[in-house]
Amino acid sequence: MTTEGDLLHTVTADDISETRKRMGKLMVWGAAALCVALAVWQFAHETGRIDAGFSNWRPVLYAYMLWATALCAAQVMVRGEAGKRTLFVLPAALFVISLVVFPLLFALYISFTDWNLASVNGPQPNGWDNVVQMWNDQFYWNALKNMVYYVLAVSVEYVIAFGLALLLNAQIRARKFFRVVFLLPLMLSPVAVSWMIGKSMLEVRFGPISRVVRELGFEPSFFGSPEIARFMIMAMDAWTFIPFMMIMLLAGLQALPREVIEASKVDGATGWQSFREVIFPLMLPVSLTAIVIRIIFKLKLADIIINVTSGGPGGATDSVTSFIFREYRDRSNVGYGTLLAMVYLVLIIIFVTLLLKLVSRWMERPA
Amino acid sequence: MTPVFKDHEGDRGAQTKWWASRIAIYGALILWAVICLFPIYWTLTTSFKLAPDVMRGNMVPWYDYTPRWKGWESLGLSPRLIGEVSTVREEFLKRFWNSTIIATSASLLAVILGSLAAYGLSRFNYRFGFMRNSDISFFFLSQMILPPVVLALPFLVLYRSLDLLDSQIGLILLYTLMVLPIVIWIMRDQFQGIPVELEEAALVDGLGIWGAFLQIVLPIALPGMVAAFILSLVLCWNEYFFAALLSSTNATTLPVMVASQTGSQGINWWSMAALSSAAILPLIVVAIFLEKYIIKGMAAGAVK
Repeated sequence: MTTEGDLLHTVTADDISETRKRMGKLMVWGAAALCVALAVWQFAHETGRIDAGFSNWRPVLYAYMLWATALCAAQVMVRGEAGKRTLFVLPAALFVISLVVFPLLFALYISFTDWNLASVNGPQPNGWDNVVQMWNDQFYWNALKNMVYYVLAVSVEYVIAFGLALLLNAQIRARKFFRVVFLLPLMLSPVAVSWMIGKSMLEVRFGPISRVVRELGFEPSFFGSPEIARFMIMAMDAWTFIPFMMIMLLAGLQALPREVIEASKVDGATGWQSFREVIFPLMLPVSLTAIVIRIIFKLKLADIIINVTSGGPGGATDSVTSFIFREYRDRSNVGYGTLLAMVYLVLIIIFVTLLLKLVSRWMERPA
Repeated sequence: MTPVFKDHEGDRGAQTKWWASRIAIYGALILWAVICLFPIYWTLTTSFKLAPDVMRGNMVPWYDYTPRWKGWESLGLSPRLIGEVSTVREEFLKRFWNSTIIATSASLLAVILGSLAAYGLSRFNYRFGFMRNSDISFFFLSQMILPPVVLALPFLVLYRSLDLLDSQIGLILLYTLMVLPIVIWIMRDQFQGIPVELEEAALVDGLGIWGAFLQIVLPIALPGMVAAFILSLVLCWNEYFFAALLSSTNATTLPVMVASQTGSQGINWWSMAALSSAAILPLIVVAIFLEKYIIKGMAAGAVK
């Protein structure tokens, strides 16, 4: 892709009158003024300075939406053809900015307050208290440590997924059947999975897996010891998400140039050699993409933990998300929970940036 | 096929090797197929079992136990109860309807917004302040790494003051935000694959850029949009975290209902199995019939 100039050139002679331009600008600023005025009024009402006001902030939201619409419309009014081009990206950009940037700023504020939903005082800034509390919170560090384990489990998932992709890419009959069947776990909601597997199949007395384990002469206990419980969570998560990596890798395998593999066969490479020397290096970019995306999904892991173990035994299976979820659900600690989440976000950004740097350096190196 | 060339000693060795690899491949395939299917099979069959059947570990319907409608009766969805009024069924259908509405509208909104943005980014050069095209793309895609837990609490407070808590609109907005980066990723790939000459021809014939987009490009990109839509649908249907935090009675979705049942009352096997089956069945049907699109969607970003 070239970066200079539009890919799709348009030649237009815009003849925009001054009044039209002025009208457009007036619309935007008028709507903005309305929005700000409503917000100020409502704020004064909430803090008790003005009696008259709305029962909630809904009108401010409507005014904001009016402003967003005016901004989009004004693009065309003021800038003509160039504005029509902007109109492709602007709605999505406005949507994301208003739903991400504002809440993030707001989160930054509440993460430095002692806000507990149960308390009547509302948020009170408390400086660095939350940070100190976090520093001493064993369970949070423990959850972060668990995340390291969970992320490392991706490597095993990758090996299995690659194996399955190779199998599906081989000369087999009923390929479509197997592809659909292998895809099915991805369709299931993690909540349903945590019941189907975690609570029913792994149930100690009657679950089919417990039965098998008992037949083999062991006493089944899947969520008793920390290591086994963590492994079970990993296994369930892997079960749902292996198809995801598998499909990406399969797409990569099918896009491989056939001649190269055939050439390696002609040169006398055995199956393993041609895999190690030809297929695997060619698949490196796809593999890295799949792994990075999988890690990003993994960092959000929570649903299964919340529903199967709720972090137990002793926080051994807690992910950061499930820990903060409980911090809110059980203790209504909004301020502290938000700080933990913000710290997690910063850690993730650092981690993913490093990961991407590493990956791009790796990809540049001739394999 | 007459084995004319297969009568040599060395060839026979190759033949057994071929058979061995066949058996290994099919063995592995069938093993993994069983791993994938067994939990689903278990859930579906358990929804027709009674308590003694569960305890005895009976597996095969009609062979070692007789299927009963008990589990589905607890949802009000059995042949006997289907004609009657049932509060449980109303409850279930309400959740089901919520899930359907929220997932489809969020996916639709995300596909519309995402396709427009992806098309713009693949065709024109933008400059918003210091941000160029690649920065804007990165800005959109970087939303993917945003963990839901960061947004959950601010949204809780925000929605409370906007009176959007426990409403469908609130969840739709959040879900749209959640799947938008994925849609943009898929659609950018789609639009880059469509030659610009098509639009240039349309422009020469007198269409504007929006006309060319709507009349020429959209029909070509439709399969990609369907793929993005279905992938978003799956993600939204299964979402639990936001739904659990931001809805309480009106807007709760199916996953929240499933989760709330597991905690209370011990485990009521047959009704839980029936509920889980009902929650997963729509997507299993989607997977079986629209598998092509799901795979297309996920493969889009992988191969450049």
